[in-house]
Amino acid sequence: MKKQFDETILEVKNLQTYFYTDEGISKAVNGISFKLKKGETLGIVGESGSGKSITSLSLLGLIPSPPGKITGGSILFKGEDLLAKTEKQMRSIRGNEISMIFQEPMTSLNPVYSAGEQIAEAIRLHQKLGKKEAWEKAVEMLRLVGIPSPEKRAKQEPHELSGGMRQRVMIAMALACHPEVLIADEPTTALDVTIQAQILELIKSLQKDLGTAVILITHDLGVVYETCDRVAVMYAGRIVEYTSAKELYNNPKHPYTIGLLNSLPRLDMDQDELTTIPGTVPSPFNMPKGCSFAPRCAHAKPMCHESVPDLLTLDKNTEVSCWMYTSQWETDHTIIEKVGIE
Amino acid sequence: MFLFIVRRIIQTIPVLLGVSLVVFLIMQMVPGDPATLLAGEGATKQTIEMIRHQLGLDRPVIIQYFDYVVHVLQGDFGESLRNNRPVLDEIMIRLPITIELALASIFITVVLGMLAGIISATKQYSAADITIMIVALLGISLPSFWFGLMLIYFFSVNLHIFPVAGWGTFKHMVLPALTLGAGGAAIVARMTRSSMLEVVRQDYMRTARAKGLKEHVIIYKHGLKNALIPVITVVGLQFGALLGGTVLTESVFAINGLGRLIVDAIRTRDLPMVQGGVLIASVIFVFMNLAVDILYRYFNKRVDLN
Repeated sequence: MKKQFDETILEVKNLQTYFYTDEGISKAVNGISFKLKKGETLGIVGESGSGKSITSLSLLGLIPSPPGKITGGSILFKGEDLLAKTEKQMRSIRGNEISMIFQEPMTSLNPVYSAGEQIAEAIRLHQKLGKKEAWEKAVEMLRLVGIPSPEKRAKQEPHELSGGMRQRVMIAMALACHPEVLIADEPTTALDVTIQAQILELIKSLQKDLGTAVILITHDLGVVYETCDRVAVMYAGRIVEYTSAKELYNNPKHPYTIGLLNSLPRLDMDQDELTTIPGTVPSPFNMPKGCSFAPRCAHAKPMCHESVPDLLTLDKNTEVSCWMYTSQWETDHTIIEKVGIE
Repeated sequence: MFLFIVRRIIQTIPVLLGVSLVVFLIMQMVPGDPATLLAGEGATKQTIEMIRHQLGLDRPVIIQYFDYVVHVLQGDFGESLRNNRPVLDEIMIRLPITIELALASIFITVVLGMLAGIISATKQYSAADITIMIVALLGISLPSFWFGLMLIYFFSVNLHIFPVAGWGTFKHMVLPALTLGAGGAAIVARMTRSSMLEVVRQDYMRTARAKGLKEHVIIYKHGLKNALIPVITVVGLQFGALLGGTVLTESVFAINGLGRLIVDAIRTRDLPMVQGGVLIASVIFVFMNLAVDILYRYFNKRVDLN
């Protein structure tokens, strides 16, 4: 059965988030665009430092400023640009219409307040409920995320809960106000493998029940394949490939994506060593002029070092940012310059 | 929590016994013989011996100590060698004054110190932050007896705003409390600032922001309660410094408190008075520490009660 997503709830257009530091300008997010439809799960994958987390913090307006600043683009949530909103308007969206789960369940909860208090706080803030009703709702949320004896657990402080349980509390907190968009920033990275599967299952089933759209940020391609509908692969602050999860796995287009998939251990082959992508991610203060992956790319031609193509639409599902898929690929790069591609 | 408090109170018993023993032994070692002093100049050896016998000072030290402890437990701290009045009565007259002074200066330490620290931390590197940190550095560096004299010079002698010395009204309280509380306030301000700066970087502050809370709720509700944990420890340590400080401050401002009573008693070798005074001061100190422990536990639920 194929899921149908029609209504676009979130549309990011050419988002740019830069950090102005003493060492120079770091273009952490450098012109990315994607769409999120109602009830859909979008995966954002990439290595550390590729700009995944900065993208998600940008969506909520939580970029630490200074040194960070969103310098361009737009974030359309239900048709309205979040970047044009006041801080007060953003506060009524955060935790209410768009909420977020963080990577570190061990440190993301406040150690001096009980789990229940921290969930009830968001409920009281956004749903204007009384103390008692909010508490009952918090307990209800804990039950929903599968915490046994939620009445008792709600009264406990974070240090009395395990890592998996804390992440469940975070999920309960994030979903307490039935947000339309849930951003999960590496929600399972800090957890045991057995707990990882449980947490992902939980997010998936709650998403189905509540109809929430999810942005799942991860570096785990297995998780993406299991969980996501569509995927954006990020490299050095840009989206290099934007496609369906299935297509990404079966038919990757961008050399970086191909490299990532090749570096996964395979059960069906006898491997002595894992394949790696040569070189390292370029320094954010010293980005190459052209395609930022070109220095590590086995296929790179001179034109790749000159400029980077916009996302090219290959078919209905797939967009890729690589010269290989353009008509210019077979011709000399000097001709390209004459044509004047940016 | 209740068991924790009961257990901590029981733990104070050996501490107090130890304190009383140390105080007792120190007074034994101090040069100068109370019997000789009491007898006055030119007294015969016989008179001195007689006084010594009357006071029980000719008995073995250990017996004297036990005798003392047994009496203290019955509320009898002995009589002053100077005016033969019961030591406890004398102390009880002076103690309220010292407690008032201590509370006023702790108030300054905590309120002034924390406010300054929070302002500094939330406006890091601003003019206010730099000013507060310079003043705090001065506050830590200036010795309190000198600072007290300077306050008297400016505010009493020159500006006639506050009285030069004495005790009794609110106006009398301001300068001594400031003298005694300034050093602590400076330390608390610096501690609050660094603790707060540490806390605002924590992941749970980001979670609070992602919830849509207002900035002041994030700082004061989610930040301050965490930031206060190390500050409480510092305030607790300040209590100790405070008791020593009252001795100096009371001398500078001529306040008839417990500190001055002890100093005078030491000068005149009034043994029972010194012992009683120091013992009472120690009891207060021990219970202040207990209060700090309980507060600490309240703010930091992670403290293991066992």
